Amino acid sequence: MCATCGCDANGSESIKHFGEDHHHEHDHHHGHEHHHDHGHSHSHSKTIVEVEKDVLHENNLLAQRNRGYFDAKNILALNLVSSPGSGKTSLLERTLTDLKDQFPFYVIEGDQQTSRDADRIHATGTKVAQINTGKGCHLDAHMILHAIQGMKPQENAIFFIENVGNLVCPAMFDLGESERVVIISTTEGDDKPVKYPDMFHTSTLCIINKIDLLPYVPFSMDKVKEYAKQVNPKLEFIEVSCTSGEGLNTWYQWLKQKVKVSETV
Amino acid sequence: MHELSIVMSIIRIAEDEAAKNNASGIEEIELDIGELSGIEMTAFNFAWDQAIKSTLLESSKRSINRIAGEGRCTDCNTVFQMQQLYEPCPACGQYLIKTEKGKELRVKSLVLN
Repeated sequence: MCATCGCDANGSESIKHFGEDHHHEHDHHHGHEHHHDHGHSHSHSKTIVEVEKDVLHENNLLAQRNRGYFDAKNILALNLVSSPGSGKTSLLERTLTDLKDQFPFYVIEGDQQTSRDADRIHATGTKVAQINTGKGCHLDAHMILHAIQGMKPQENAIFFIENVGNLVCPAMFDLGESERVVIISTTEGDDKPVKYPDMFHTSTLCIINKIDLLPYVPFSMDKVKEYAKQVNPKLEFIEVSCTSGEGLNTWYQWLKQKVKVSETV
Repeated sequence: MHELSIVMSIIRIAEDEAAKNNASGIEEIELDIGELSGIEMTAFNFAWDQAIKSTLLESSKRSINRIAGEGRCTDCNTVFQMQQLYEPCPACGQYLIKTEKGKELRVKSLVLN
């Protein structure tokens, strides 16, 4: 049983923290405890219980708890979602390197295995925690809660949560983020927004990456936006190339404006 | 394959309710799963059979209410059946649709003994 939140998850996930100047490792393993009260005085009559409880209720409560924490510290928390290989980590590497003197940054990396992504982020000098989900295909609010506890982010920071590369499962799990940012790259199909609508529906910004490859791939910028707008008419778009750096300034402006907005609220 | 974590959450909710009511077993469980809830039933059933082993749900009767998708156009107020998420309004063709039914994912009731 976890002492801080009372969780009894038997998760196979682990969290590793990478400090700014020192390596601090912390594996978080939950013991699985089974408490069944087999009382001997129970009656044998049937009881019908109208539960009416949302299956994601527990996750949503923990997500709201995370959101309250971020709000209280005026932290802009962004949940980055995409297919594997769309360039989430590359986008973060560029952003952290270019803006590290302007904002305090924190990063949570979600992957099934290895700390390869966290190592890349750590190399930029940013405080990062790697969550390995084991067999899991998404991050949930509970994992984020524990990662935040270990990171103790300072106020007015930008907090990136790089979700597991998967356009399906992470859509259902609120982490307590301020906004969800979906990334798609020009080497993917431009009809992805209608094939995986949930992710595009729940995001506020869509970053289209690898635009330097546009001359070589059958990807239509008009089509991808048209499909995405069908799923989410309010979705914003920013086109970038993390390789050439094109468009990154627009993304940086978006971030700065979001930080400003959250400061004035 | 998020269905496994969904099943695990259902087991936790059911066992918590059983403990709260000092019940020793769960005879029946009734679930609401909307057609647009993002649950793939084949994956759900596969995860279910594995995950309920050695839990109070192991030999429970399970019933599932599938709730059909229903949307309301925010432009012209037309209510229509949705087969998939984010279909256009059949009356005016707009995509600003509010999903009214079909996203349900909840434990509706339990029969405890």
